[in-house]
Amino acid sequence: MRRRPDPGVPLPLLVPALLAVAFLVLPLVGLVVRAPWSSIGPQLAQPEVGQALRLSLVTASLATVVSLVLGVPLAWVLARSRIRGRSVLRALVTVPLVLPPVVGGVALFLVLGRNGLLGRPLYEHLGITIPFTTTAVVIAETFVAMPFLVISVEGALRAADARFEDAAATLGADRWTTFRRVTLPLVAPGIAAGAVLCWARALGEFGATITFAGNFPGTTQTMPLAVYLALQRDPEAAIVLSLVLLAVSLGTLLLLRDRWLGRGSGQGIAA
Amino acid sequence: MRKSRALLVLPVVAAVGLTACGGPASGTAAGTASSSSSAGGDLSGTLTVFAAASLTDVFGDLGDQLMAENPDLDVQFNFAGSSALATQLTQGAPADVFASANEKQMTVVTDAGLQAADPAVFTENVLEIAVPKGNPGNVTGLADFGDADLTLAVCAADVPCGAAAAAVFADAGITAQPDTEEEDVKAALTKVQLGEVDAALVYATDVQAAGSDVEGIPFPEAEQEVNDYPICVLKAAPNAAAGQAFVDLVQSDAGQQALADAGFRAPTS
Repeated sequence: MRRRPDPGVPLPLLVPALLAVAFLVLPLVGLVVRAPWSSIGPQLAQPEVGQALRLSLVTASLATVVSLVLGVPLAWVLARSRIRGRSVLRALVTVPLVLPPVVGGVALFLVLGRNGLLGRPLYEHLGITIPFTTTAVVIAETFVAMPFLVISVEGALRAADARFEDAAATLGADRWTTFRRVTLPLVAPGIAAGAVLCWARALGEFGATITFAGNFPGTTQTMPLAVYLALQRDPEAAIVLSLVLLAVSLGTLLLLRDRWLGRGSGQGIAA
Repeated sequence: MRKSRALLVLPVVAAVGLTACGGPASGTAAGTASSSSSAGGDLSGTLTVFAAASLTDVFGDLGDQLMAENPDLDVQFNFAGSSALATQLTQGAPADVFASANEKQMTVVTDAGLQAADPAVFTENVLEIAVPKGNPGNVTGLADFGDADLTLAVCAADVPCGAAAAAVFADAGITAQPDTEEEDVKAALTKVQLGEVDAALVYATDVQAAGSDVEGIPFPEAEQEVNDYPICVLKAAPNAAAGQAFVDLVQSDAGQQALADAGFRAPTS
């Protein structure tokens, strides 16, 4: 793509855009300003911090993988298939976006808890309990974060030119081959953007996690839970933990962006 | 400063007919209260009460009562863990009354100089073991919290119920084996109500409030860690008159009876 001379941002866009940046960034500035920089070293040296951070990164990444494996096909069904009740299905998929996460956590109990619809047979026959385990953290995060991925990918699929898929079909490719060889590469930036959104949401997940997975250092205490509990005891420690979580998540996102979206950032939905 | 505030609220105190932040009202004073407050309706505006989560039901009822007596008054509650409330208050959250589930978080507020008058202890609460109906884990006493095979919930040590639990365990020489450290006492109780844990360490009042889904098991070690509940009107109260009226209502015979019905104990100190 050749560069045209930059005509600048029109004023009616520039002013609200600057306001939006201020609105989004100022709270972050507040955290940075109030952070007890002198005691940040000892705060970070606490073993619980590394433990919680590691758990957060692992569970959020697992939740993103599960969301990709299940969510991309779901997005395809919503965007491309002609099954009846698609709009109802789409509304149902977005329920976790509207549901307060704590309620989501209770709902997960009612299904997967040891008295739940599926959880009771699991517990009684196989002795498996899901709540209060790291698995429960991944499930809670997936429940809350997957809709972000599904909606992103569905949007990308709808925006993608279906004629490429039609052409593949005329050339004799079946729908699965078409999906794999044509559709997936076509919407890859959309999938990447959705995955990033999903990962970020999973990383910040609090309500469903603390309800369904509980809070125990090492197994279920993710960074947001550690931040919340630190706030009960020592607000300055909570600020430090929040900044750590922010720095790590921003760093990861920037790194991934350079690697995955670097060349494609000028085009498509991911930009 | 403190004196002038006391003078400001004096007419209301007289109208409700009770003593200020000092302690539970005497029977005669309460008698005056019921007769004069029936004339009521002097208070107006919005009353904002920050109260420990364990007070949700009792204070909700007392708030309704105050609103019924004062049709122009709207009582708003912010129920949460005492430490979260103390943080909100020191960060400048507007409130008229603060009721804490322990002295420590009240001290956070008084250290910041936010109180209008010295806080008064208005009730007490003790820990109790909550088990799901039928006690599926066969929990009998505090010692069962050392059993790693049971699914157990306690409050996180950062919140008052968790601090009390830790102290009780330490006194009894028990190494607790919880599966989850809950962010507040209601969250711990919810997991008992859902039957997802075999036992949780909560307050006697929480067991009372949970109804038939939950059974309570009192244990003698709990007497080591009795929680005092202090209350006070705040200096920056937008509606100090209504705030004082609420504090007085809590300390009146009617308020103390409501607290007792909910499983609280009268203050002994």
